[in-house]
Amino acid sequence: MEIKKAASAGTLESSDAQITVEPNKKGINLSIESTVINQYGKQIEKVVLETLERLDVKNATVSVIDKGALDCTLKARVECAVYRSNDIHDNLPWDGAIK
Amino acid sequence: MKNAVGRDIPEKILKETKKEVFKGTYVKDNYEYKKGAPKIRTLSDPTRSKLVKDIHEALVKCGIKDGMTISFHHHFREGDYVVNMVMEEIHKMGIKDITISASSLGKANDPIVPYIEDGTITCIHSSGVRGKIGEAISNGKLKKLAIMRSHGGRVRAVETGEVHIDIAFIGAPTCDDYGNMRAVGGKSDCGVLSYAMVDAEYADKVVAITDCLVPFPNIPASISMVNVDYVCVVDEIGNPQKIATGAAKPTTDVRKLMMADYCTKFVINTPYFKEGFSYQTGVGGASIASTISLGKVMEERGIHMGLGLGGITTPMCDLLERGLCEKIVDTQDFDLGAIESIKNNPKHIEISASEYANPFNKGAYVNKLDFVILASLEVDVNFNCNVVVGSDGVITGAQGGHPDTAAGAKCTIIIAPLLQGRIPVICSNVTTVTTPGETVDVVITDYGVAINPKRKDLIEAMKGVDLPFKTIEELRDIAYKMAGAPDPVEFEDRVVGIIEARDGSIIDVVRKIKSRT
Repeated sequence: MEIKKAASAGTLESSDAQITVEPNKKGINLSIESTVINQYGKQIEKVVLETLERLDVKNATVSVIDKGALDCTLKARVECAVYRSNDIHDNLPWDGAIK
Repeated sequence: MKNAVGRDIPEKILKETKKEVFKGTYVKDNYEYKKGAPKIRTLSDPTRSKLVKDIHEALVKCGIKDGMTISFHHHFREGDYVVNMVMEEIHKMGIKDITISASSLGKANDPIVPYIEDGTITCIHSSGVRGKIGEAISNGKLKKLAIMRSHGGRVRAVETGEVHIDIAFIGAPTCDDYGNMRAVGGKSDCGVLSYAMVDAEYADKVVAITDCLVPFPNIPASISMVNVDYVCVVDEIGNPQKIATGAAKPTTDVRKLMMADYCTKFVINTPYFKEGFSYQTGVGGASIASTISLGKVMEERGIHMGLGLGGITTPMCDLLERGLCEKIVDTQDFDLGAIESIKNNPKHIEISASEYANPFNKGAYVNKLDFVILASLEVDVNFNCNVVVGSDGVITGAQGGHPDTAAGAKCTIIIAPLLQGRIPVICSNVTTVTTPGETVDVVITDYGVAINPKRKDLIEAMKGVDLPFKTIEELRDIAYKMAGAPDPVEFEDRVVGIIEARDGSIIDVVRKIKSRT
């Protein structure tokens, strides 16, 4: 998918993450801030990149502000932000691109 | 050299501190020693006054100089002004290389961080530190090793003479002109002065700091004039709103309430739950909720608590008022209800920190505990607890009475959520061992209850009890499955602090955190 405009999903509540996606010319430009960066920084990066790949997002600037979200939450927030950037709100591909 | 909880204590640190590695909680039972003693300057001329006009004059009269050890208590908690006031004056006088020996330090004491950075303060002994002081120590700003001791361990260190206090500054809610101090009757009441009693008895010089000078004699005194050199009146010793908050509202967090119910169910099915039992809890939401739910069962069954010990909150005082508890024995008051109770109820009694928890006297109250209900930042599969160092490696908590009560109680229960945010509380290895697993009997989480396998008697007692029993490894595995196994926090080699066991041996060290970019 293409990131057509800036969009975000999630909150700054504890155990959540706020994910913002913006258009980028070439490649993925990822920044991560997290309250658990020392213990889970690599894990967060891996989950976000995997989710983007699954959604076939090749070019995006992605910012993650994580407050200790579990992997399932991170995935859901990334998926939501990407679909919002495409203004897709209905008929989401559950069990397809969205897992 | 590896100690009894499997932590490798560097030889260099053992040499530098002249300490031994931790060899087990009870190895120093029957130990003989001669106590340390302070140097006294007498007062026999009745015309001589103890009043000084300000902290500066007190410091001068006490002979403040480089390298001295200055002590404080933490009964004013997050409302404390005394530490900051005294250290500001010491800094102004250009004194260097001070050791602070505090019963604890909190975020209220953040303003002393610049004095750590400029060498005014080069060593800190405390039960723990929070806020910016913790960050400063973990980042290697303190020149010498920080030493973390439990409340009982601190009294031991002072009474054995291992720590010699040159000047004790004791904040007192009320005081007379001869130094009789009380913790009630003023504008900044804190209920008791338990932690400061050992300072008064063992420091060379003792200065009372008060914002409420009352007529002589201010008795019954928590700390007697016979141990006090000077009395200093200041405008404010603390912020009353932060010293004593209103009673915390009982928690409505369903997770905590569920853990509290598990805890009560466990307690009432042990053989220790019988007429006259003794009990202590920490001040976490789940611990307090378990006191409330236990009270209901006590009322139904007509079982009375003989002794309620420790840091006191309103729910414990309610049990006393309702006749469900016979005596409260108190070392610290956490809310206004507890302070009102000790003022008004003759069955609510103040004791010293030595009576409470000192492992090197002839028997402390903690030894008589049936139950203690505690929290923990981390618990590992060996039941070791960490209550001092955050999972990110930064010092952020205090031992308090945790190791003391765990060592003393017949049944030590830890209540902790399986995950705190994303961080697994039940883990393979705690970041730092502060309470040894051999003194921890039960861990209660929202995902199950684990009994220490060495407590075969408790496992037997729980047969047929409807609780979600699991092994501690199973709990760890559930946590790691949900959150993922955490990467180990990276530290540098430099040791910035030691965690002392109750007997003064080294149970673990705290290293400088790796600078993060």
